[in-house]
Amino acid sequence: MIVAQQKPIKDIAQMINDCKKVLFVGCAGCVTVCLAGGEKETAVLASAMRIKRILENNPLEAITYTCTRQCDPEYIASLDNQVKDVDAIVSLACGVGVQYLAERFKDKWVVPALDTKFIGGSTVHGVWEEKCGLCGECILHRTGGICPIIRCSKSILNGPCGGSQYGKCEVNKDIDCAWQLIYDRMKALGKLDKLMEIQPPKDWSKSRDGGPRKAIREDVMIDE
Amino acid sequence: MNNLSKLQQILDSGQFAVTAEIGPPKHSSAEGIRHHAEMMRDYVDATNITDNQTAIVRMSSIAAGAHVLGCGIEPIVQMTCRDRNRIAMQSDLLGAYSLGMRNVLCLSGDHQKFGNHPMAKNVYDIDSMQLIDNLRRMRDEKVFFSGEAIKESEPQFFIGAVANPFADPFEFRVDRLEKKVNAGAQFIQTQCIFDMERFERFMEMVRERGIDQRVHILAGVTPMKSWKAASYMQNNVSGMIVPNELVERLKNAEDPKREGLDICIEQIKYIKENVKGVHGVHIMAIAWEEVVPEIVEKSGLYPRPKVG
Repeated sequence: MIVAQQKPIKDIAQMINDCKKVLFVGCAGCVTVCLAGGEKETAVLASAMRIKRILENNPLEAITYTCTRQCDPEYIASLDNQVKDVDAIVSLACGVGVQYLAERFKDKWVVPALDTKFIGGSTVHGVWEEKCGLCGECILHRTGGICPIIRCSKSILNGPCGGSQYGKCEVNKDIDCAWQLIYDRMKALGKLDKLMEIQPPKDWSKSRDGGPRKAIREDVMIDE
Repeated sequence: MNNLSKLQQILDSGQFAVTAEIGPPKHSSAEGIRHHAEMMRDYVDATNITDNQTAIVRMSSIAAGAHVLGCGIEPIVQMTCRDRNRIAMQSDLLGAYSLGMRNVLCLSGDHQKFGNHPMAKNVYDIDSMQLIDNLRRMRDEKVFFSGEAIKESEPQFFIGAVANPFADPFEFRVDRLEKKVNAGAQFIQTQCIFDMERFERFMEMVRERGIDQRVHILAGVTPMKSWKAASYMQNNVSGMIVPNELVERLKNAEDPKREGLDICIEQIKYIKENVKGVHGVHIMAIAWEEVVPEIVEKSGLYPRPKVG
């Protein structure tokens, strides 16, 4: 899933400090699962803003709504009636949701309440870790199911580098060395010989380096 | 005077400057660069040394610049943001300055998709605007991009940037030019001008805002060898506008190369006489460096001023 975290309250407040009425929009997708922008977080943020503005003698009318998903035109269409008289929309979705709202509501000031961090999952309750680098051409079958693109600080394809010690990365002792993990797993699986193949330079044109990407499935497209 | 760029001295003294371009080779011999530099030496004030242009691997612009400098011609080192992060950029710039290079031209760089390594990762750690701003700070505030002090011998570059009056949104191109000047650009070289009417509208807006009083603008021109080359630029190079009349004129010419040179010479004369606020011309004779002396001479820009 996409993992996001809420921006500091003062930063969000700053973006809307000249607005009288604001719609706070949550998302029931990834950001609900990572406890950053679901229905509950949306209600809490709206309350916090109301209180802050009362204390500042500048009251704010804050209304809330949580979409099934903000990354889908059909689910944000239900906001059409609610945005009419608001001065701004605060999105508690990932960066995709913010952009979908901005595109649909062309005359509205749309701002993000979250920082979209990465694609990952939770390890224990309250901790999420980055797992996928979105490189566009998966190599996990060559690296024992552990992604060096995003989990190695240098994205090295023929690691580990000389900075790996005691299973940790030179960047930070809290980071496991991805290549230590890959080595351990390949060894356990009896596949160390696979790591002796020189992995060639990656085709980054399939990643963001090739420009913004599009996935097209003609078989599921509906003719208008 | 060791620290001052010759190009800067010419421009600051109000004289009409002439720069050209030398593209480094796709091999490791400097023979061709030296040949072009010697040929151009007396006809231009400085030459740009392109930085892996169109994302094709070539000899490094700084190494090629050293060869050019050895031939007695002042290089303008091009530095794109595509291939280096801020660490490599600063390191290369310190090196360039140590070798005697005094002019840097800051650009984003063509996307690697257009070159011979389309699978490469691009860097764009910092953009051209930030590069300009930080080069200025290196010189004026004696700090690295990070803000850490440069304790001695800070590089004092004459900072150049580019502007493209033919890209969109048209009006915002003037804003962006102003932003580059605010960041620290001291001279500007424009994209190749073929649509003179649009360039004049651009310069009109530039003059209205007084930007031409704050920066030296050099108009970019390119001689074309054939109507096919013109048509290719018209259809395949984004951010270029090539009017049909120009393609037709080359098509109908008995000697297209002669015609291409004549068009270029006419353009330079026209710009120099009629377009106020332009302080020089930048001749981009792409893979046709040998025609630069003739263009300069027939445009009435020879001999070049002596400096220092």
